[in-house]
Amino acid sequence: MTRSRARLALTAGRAAGWASRVTGRGAGTQVSGRVMLGIEPKLLDEVVGERRVALVSATNGKTTTTRLLAEALRAAGTEVVTNHTGANMPAGIAAALARDRTAKVAIIEVDERWLPKVVDPLDAELLVLGNLTRDQLDRFGEVRAIAEQWREVCTTHPKLRVIANASDPHVVWAAEPADPTWIALGAPWRSDAATCPRCAALLDWSEDRFACPSCGFAQPETPHRLDGDVLVLGDERIPLHLGLPGSWNRMNAALALAAAVVHFDVPIGRAVEGIAGVEVVSGRFSTRRLPDGRTARVLLAKNPAGWTEVLRWLSGQQSGVVLAVNAHVADGRDPSWLWDVPYELLRGVPVAASGERALDVAVRLDYGGVECIIEEDPLLAAARLPGDEVQIIASYTQFTHLTRKSW
Amino acid sequence: MSRPSTVRVGLVYPELLGTYGDRGNAVVLVERCRRRGIDAELVEVAAGTAIPDSLDVYLFGGGEDDPQVMASAGMRASRPAIDRARASGAVIFAVCAGFQLIGHSYEARDGERLDGLGLVDLTTRAGPFRLIGEVVVEPDPSLGLPTLTGFENHGGRTTLGSGERALGRVLAGGGNGVDGVDGVLGDHLVGTYLHGPVLPRNAALADLLLGWVVGTEAITPLDDRVQNQLRAARLDAATATGWRARLDELRLNRG
Repeated sequence: MTRSRARLALTAGRAAGWASRVTGRGAGTQVSGRVMLGIEPKLLDEVVGERRVALVSATNGKTTTTRLLAEALRAAGTEVVTNHTGANMPAGIAAALARDRTAKVAIIEVDERWLPKVVDPLDAELLVLGNLTRDQLDRFGEVRAIAEQWREVCTTHPKLRVIANASDPHVVWAAEPADPTWIALGAPWRSDAATCPRCAALLDWSEDRFACPSCGFAQPETPHRLDGDVLVLGDERIPLHLGLPGSWNRMNAALALAAAVVHFDVPIGRAVEGIAGVEVVSGRFSTRRLPDGRTARVLLAKNPAGWTEVLRWLSGQQSGVVLAVNAHVADGRDPSWLWDVPYELLRGVPVAASGERALDVAVRLDYGGVECIIEEDPLLAAARLPGDEVQIIASYTQFTHLTRKSW
Repeated sequence: MSRPSTVRVGLVYPELLGTYGDRGNAVVLVERCRRRGIDAELVEVAAGTAIPDSLDVYLFGGGEDDPQVMASAGMRASRPAIDRARASGAVIFAVCAGFQLIGHSYEARDGERLDGLGLVDLTTRAGPFRLIGEVVVEPDPSLGLPTLTGFENHGGRTTLGSGERALGRVLAGGGNGVDGVDGVLGDHLVGTYLHGPVLPRNAALADLLLGWVVGTEAITPLDDRVQNQLRAARLDAATATGWRARLDELRLNRG
């Protein structure tokens, strides 16, 4: 490829990204990346150059894990480039890498489906694999199919290092051929892993770990595990001091910390320090001011596993909770997952059904015995609920809309 | 009909046949009983266990490929219990993969065949592409039901035997993908590709099933304002795919 062509691609891409941002249509990164790749398909190779590349993927938590890993490295003085706005397909990755051509390490979040396609162009040396659950059904198809594609990558790339969650059957099936460093993060969400990824028999979860009674496929033994607020890394017990709420973020942090320490040799103290300083990740957990002066905190929940974790964290609180749900492609066009989430946890909490699919939410709440008001606009809904800090739990496109201005 | 003291709504193999929020259908049936002062309980039949003959409603939901194979094995092993329950009036409600499994067989694209229960005369083959999106179905006039709304996401093409009736005519979306119809309608049995789930969106369909269990006189009116708003909103949303035009066409053809 000629240098001038690459330069043209980068310039045109930046212009498109700027246009997207000023017209308020997006964070700009995906659009500029698409323009760049349209002009120069080999751009990923070009923009990544000779850098060390780690890829982070999962259904839930990949944006946060990516950010935490990047901060752990930065705390040790390493210059890091990362796609921190969650633009995680090739176009967004290319745009992020193009913005910083000097950092020697790239920590890149990758969409689950795209992971197999970017490992080679980016010449990745490390995969960090979190979890695989149902997400946006009509777009993604089957969890099992993605696990199979990841497994293919692990089988065909013997030099690739992998750090993976030992508690998720699909991740274990995917990562096994790479002989990974396993971290047992625990499995709060098992509904998408009823059958064995290897032989399709019913998995046995009775010992709080999975095992297939038919073929012997089982949770791998590992000295590394998450134990409440502590990451046990071999003989070390490392307390996590997180600025981020919820048990799901402890899982993200444990994975990031393990990757920083085991793969990048970051001193433990530095890595913990870097991770502890993170309080907002691409708008997640950020707050918006309501017209009456109170604040609303915005949380992203994309799928049943994510919603369930957030609701467990919120149950019992007195402040209002807004459930803001859309059903565009990025949210999943089919909101039937609403019925897999235990909204009954919100009984007695002041709740608003909101978003473009407020009525689907309202009917779900009605049958779950949860009273609610119906208001499509989440900020107006929050203003109508009591409490000093109203929580807005938002599906993806609701979330991006609410947090765009705080990026 | 002798009315059961407690209506037992069976959610069959939720770990395997629960991909599309199918639990919602069970929750709706139980809750609509309770709101009428009728005792009801949700009975989960765990995967790997035998399906009992003591349930009043059997719900078979949607599932991915591997789980569907597991579910098929368990359902066929429990066939005698299901037959006994049906003989005493139990209701079968089957959605998507569950709908395919109450038929004779499902043939995958690679030619592999999965046997179903054969409760109704229908067969399914994998089609060339998945049918995904909002569906509108004009139900069989004998049911006296309003237009149904649902969401479909499946690759199956289901052909009904010549003696079988469909649940209704497809006005928008794919349904069975064959003959412009969706689902199947039997004796105390409904099969459909509609999820969403379908019963929260269509209270009248839920009450039809419950009427078969408790008698239509027990189906008193409920406050369904939110439910009806949702149903209207989903029917409106499907307008973009042209169902209104097709509804008019249908009415013109009829007379």
